[in-house]
Amino acid sequence: MKRFVWLLPALYILFLLMPIYWLLNMSFKNTNEILGSFTLWPRVFTLENYRKIFTDPTWYGGYLNSLGYVLMNTVTSVVVALPAAYAFSRYRFLGDKHLFFWLLTNRMAPPAVFALPFFQLYSAIGLFDTRVAVALAHCLFNIPLAVWILEGFMSGVPKELDETAFVDGYPFWRFFIRIFIPTIAAGVGVAAFFCFMFSWVELLLAKTLTSVDAKPIAATMTRTASTSGYELGLLAAAGALTIIPGAFVIYFVRNYIAKGFALGRV
Amino acid sequence: MSTKTPNQKAWWLVVPVVLLVAFNAIVPLMTVINYSVQETFGENVFFFEGVKWFEAVLHSERFHNSLLRQMLFTGIILAIEVPLGVAIALAMPRRGPWVSVCLVLVAMPLLIPWNVVGAMWNLLALPDIGLLGRSLNAAGIEYNYTRQPVAAWTTLIAMDVWHWTSLVVLLAYAGLSAIPDAYYQAAKIDGASSGAVFRYIQLPKMKRVLTIAVLLRFMDSFMIYTEPIVLTGGGPGNATTLLSIDLVKVALGQFDLGPAAAMSLIYFLIILLLSWIFYTVMTKGEAE
Repeated sequence: MKRFVWLLPALYILFLLMPIYWLLNMSFKNTNEILGSFTLWPRVFTLENYRKIFTDPTWYGGYLNSLGYVLMNTVTSVVVALPAAYAFSRYRFLGDKHLFFWLLTNRMAPPAVFALPFFQLYSAIGLFDTRVAVALAHCLFNIPLAVWILEGFMSGVPKELDETAFVDGYPFWRFFIRIFIPTIAAGVGVAAFFCFMFSWVELLLAKTLTSVDAKPIAATMTRTASTSGYELGLLAAAGALTIIPGAFVIYFVRNYIAKGFALGRV
Repeated sequence: MSTKTPNQKAWWLVVPVVLLVAFNAIVPLMTVINYSVQETFGENVFFFEGVKWFEAVLHSERFHNSLLRQMLFTGIILAIEVPLGVAIALAMPRRGPWVSVCLVLVAMPLLIPWNVVGAMWNLLALPDIGLLGRSLNAAGIEYNYTRQPVAAWTTLIAMDVWHWTSLVVLLAYAGLSAIPDAYYQAAKIDGASSGAVFRYIQLPKMKRVLTIAVLLRFMDSFMIYTEPIVLTGGGPGNATTLLSIDLVKVALGQFDLGPAAAMSLIYFLIILLLSWIFYTVMTKGEAE
């Protein structure tokens, strides 16, 4: 029985790949073939759908918008979370535990609850339909997450490191940036990975906060699906392209994913 | 664990985080609370209404039904994803070249935008041109998820299992990788069966990560919106109208601000309460 144990993960991975295969298959077909016949492999292989996406600014603009706010959000979240996580892991201060729990409660807030007030808030301060608005809004759940992950990694670093550096006369920020952050580089990578992930996959808030100029790719897809009727090939191609940044990022952190999870975080 | 130094100046390190999160959390929350106690007839004229909306929501059959559907959904996916995830993590290779391959492939669904997940399953399940829908119908099983409530539910659950079991797998796998080899060798010397190894070594070591897995899956499935709205749009009828979908319908569809706000708060409180229970159980387990 032990010899066949690999079958379970293998079957699971096949199950995971099935919808992705179908998506790719459709993305290389033309509309006639999609609607007119049922083929497991494109009979007429076409790159027309992809060409359309790369030449139409409303399409590729969507990718640029998404990548823009995701990167902005990831950088902001990690940068502000670093000192905060350090404070939580090293110091005791008034209300620290409550503050930590309050931060985590924001991870539990359903985006649907915040959709309408966010719309009003960001309209009121004139940020509606900008990438900055989405990047800021996603801080709601990504900053608590980054603090949580980084705090876990930092608590694994012995305090003697800090004490030695301070005895040697390092000013706090120089120690923090030159010595401490490189020590937890893996943690920074894992935190950035999860911030990227949650900002990249979220749509409800991103869609609520944008209309034309900063529309994310995922929202562009929704519009296409409803207005231009049955352009399923185009929809499939756009979907297939949204998988690429994620796959790219996973590849880079593959050795750290398990380690990040091992801390019992996320 | 090293002890922490008391230092009130540490607040300065936390200030940016507090400001950014508070900006996003407190202002909108105040807005919601404000709406939840007022009535408006348009033109920005509001009247104080007290707890009327809360009573209305708590007594409305529509809310009860959404909540019941939500609990059913969360219950089913937890019952499937947690054991399945643990079983897959146990069967995954522990070392060698296949580890990276497995991890990367398993993590894939987690990084696909949620509406793309919905669209993908849509394309897969379309009764006439989707791989799954077409195959089922060809096999003689009548299947149309846009018309049959049962088919819609099955597809929704299959989609969620597809999308999120990987999270449980990765967490459980990480818990398993943290077990030193010496434990297994000791078990081997004692002649322990694989069942006993699971019960007395692997399960206790995974307890912490599994609690987190259950907590995360509970929270996220309770908030699920994008995938079902793309796949079924809450239909057929109201069959798959989960809490978030219902809330957005009331808030942005009908623009009933009062009831929507009251519903938001009740919704948020339910999640907070249940998560707090998990949190307490978790920290209690650590203290032991």
